[in-house]
Amino acid sequence: MNEFTSGFWDLYISIITLVSILACGVLLVAQSKRRVAGGETQTTGHTWDEDLGEYNNPLPRWWMWLFWSTIVFGLVYLALYPGLGSYAGLWKWTQVSQLEQETARHEAQFGPMYERFAKMDVETLARTPEALAVGQKLFLNNCAQCHASDAGGSTGFPNLSDLEWLWGGTPEAIRTSIAEGRLGIMPPWGTVLGEQGVKDAAHYVMSLSGMPADSIRVARGKEIFSKTCIACHGPEGKGNTAMGAPNLTDRVWLHGGSEPQIIETISRGRSDQMPAHKDLLSSAKIHLLTAYVYSLSRSDIAPHRK
Amino acid sequence: MTAGANPGAPAQFVAQDLYEVRRTIHPRAVHGWFAAWRWALVWATQLVFYGLAWLPWNGRQAVLFDIAHRKFYVFGQVFFPQDIIYLTVLLIIAALALFLFTAVAGRLWCGYACPQTVYTEIFLWVEKAIEGDRVARMRLDAAPLTPRKLALRAAKHAVWIAVALWTGFTFVGYFTPIRELWDAVWGLNTGPWETFWVLFYGFATYGNAGWMREQVCKHMCPYARFQSAMFDPDTLIITYDRGRGEPRGKNASKRPGKGHCVDCGICVQVCPTGIDIRDGLQYECIGCAACIDGCDQVMDKVGLPRGLIRYSTQHAMERKLTRGETWRRAFRPRVLAYSAVLWAIVIAAGVSLWQRVPLKVDVIRDRAAISRQVEGGEVENVYRLQIMNVTEAPRTYAIRVAGLEGVAIAGADRVAVGPASSAALPLKVRGRAAPGTHRIEFLVGAEGAPDERVSEKSVFIVR
Repeated sequence: MNEFTSGFWDLYISIITLVSILACGVLLVAQSKRRVAGGETQTTGHTWDEDLGEYNNPLPRWWMWLFWSTIVFGLVYLALYPGLGSYAGLWKWTQVSQLEQETARHEAQFGPMYERFAKMDVETLARTPEALAVGQKLFLNNCAQCHASDAGGSTGFPNLSDLEWLWGGTPEAIRTSIAEGRLGIMPPWGTVLGEQGVKDAAHYVMSLSGMPADSIRVARGKEIFSKTCIACHGPEGKGNTAMGAPNLTDRVWLHGGSEPQIIETISRGRSDQMPAHKDLLSSAKIHLLTAYVYSLSRSDIAPHRK
Repeated sequence: MTAGANPGAPAQFVAQDLYEVRRTIHPRAVHGWFAAWRWALVWATQLVFYGLAWLPWNGRQAVLFDIAHRKFYVFGQVFFPQDIIYLTVLLIIAALALFLFTAVAGRLWCGYACPQTVYTEIFLWVEKAIEGDRVARMRLDAAPLTPRKLALRAAKHAVWIAVALWTGFTFVGYFTPIRELWDAVWGLNTGPWETFWVLFYGFATYGNAGWMREQVCKHMCPYARFQSAMFDPDTLIITYDRGRGEPRGKNASKRPGKGHCVDCGICVQVCPTGIDIRDGLQYECIGCAACIDGCDQVMDKVGLPRGLIRYSTQHAMERKLTRGETWRRAFRPRVLAYSAVLWAIVIAAGVSLWQRVPLKVDVIRDRAAISRQVEGGEVENVYRLQIMNVTEAPRTYAIRVAGLEGVAIAGADRVAVGPASSAALPLKVRGRAAPGTHRIEFLVGAEGAPDERVSEKSVFIVR
């Protein structure tokens, strides 16, 4: 855009535009009549291939008025809308103002519905089929890309339809997760623990979920766990929803529950980010999404999950 | 360049207009066989157009194109945007029918059924009823502005505008429920778009049928020009029988050696585009056959056989074919080919509509979770089923998955969908299978309506 900041180009474009429009008018006047020698056959005067003429079959006069009206339209348009360099036009139209108008119209159409839902609490919304239908649409548009259409998640993206929560499953915790986002970090322990240490820790973790594990490694791993992992995952490996540390005893595996996957998680660490949506979605929409996500794991209350 | 008539002398230059002022045409009213046909088609098309919008059907408007909700009701059927193929087929049928009729008998559409012709006919009728026939109208045009002329003009335009507004209102009534629109019109609270379209379509009717008339056919209509491309020497066109008519002159019957044309000029006076058919086929001719009706009346009066101007073909004229021979030539390859294709498409479209299942299913495989391990070593794939209930009754659909042993739907496999609406159903398919991509099928069927079944293909991926 730099080259357009100098006034020269504004002038350049404006003059070319206006002169072209006026030239159309001049052309129209000049070409509406022509002088021919009397007695000559009435042709348009065009000759092709040496001797091929064209009879003059005049267009109706109203057709010429159409040409004039396009010229008038062009001038009126350029007066009303920004078409001549930096001139803003009498109506001060901009793309941004149009977007704002359309957004306002959309708000006016759907605002009352969201307002009504915003006044209801999450527990009530989760029992209201109409609210859940809207919530589902919001979910499919905004959340399903990572968490899957059924909210069942995928490797690295938590399942939202079970009762296991990384950051807590209360309406407030869910709302915070959506609005503020979350950053879950498992630091890499490979260099600290060494290859065998990591493997020992992995076997202990496997034993927490009742999976088959090497008992010697489990014993060694337990020691490592109580020194290293306990700070976040707790003494019993039940995790900590305050910092998003997963419960290691529930057979739910965010990054896979096989031995190599667990070893990978411990030695290299993991970094998971849920992006903040407060700037992307209105608080009313986040409220509805909270209710929808809350309803997913609560088959006891949600009408459509039975 | 010099003028040929006067070589050597300085040429006399004249200004020549490349745009001409339009000449007003006041076609003389005409009665007869073809005029009766045109009026029959005016009645038929307009009864359908003005009447159909008011026809109720199962508690709703029979024909309603609800653009806002993207549902198009045509009698018992509801069409969705996904059914656009039927609109395409309808347009193809219309185009082929135009080709066929044009190849057989020229511009039948233009002469009898085109809205431009039909509304011009109606507006001309109003004009004749208020201002009188051709001569009276021409006199009125030339007369100075008197209170009487002003009153006649005002009355004519008032009736024209009333017809035009009613037409615009009816048109919009196909896109927004006409009874609600009627109340809205009287309450003066029509929406901005309704108001615009009623006025716009009304203005188009008033302008085209009242003012523009033959100018539309001559200068604006693309069909007018390309229909000539479908003419061939065996196409029926409105033809002046030059051999019988010439040399023309008054009192032809009483003067031996003269042709049958009495040069009364009726054929020119009745022509809505103001041409003289005796000059041969011209692009302005819309094939309305008014000149045939006019000429036949004159022939009856002077005691000569009818048909000096008639539907005939170029070949019939050149080779002096009889009526039967001319008609037999209608069954030429071009016409047979158009007919065959037209019937094939009409039948295919009919069968397709008859067999149409009022249920549409789209399976969208989830891209977020291609293949998900669940407890116990089973694999889960996630799908989103978009289920559209095209019937006008609520339905409950049961969904089954087939095509792969050992997998089944986990969780909800039934969904209720309201009348003429759609629902998105996230669906889990779970089971054990060898690694790789397996073809599966979703079978969706309405409970209590065994005919409403659809199967959609997808894949189940294990990795």
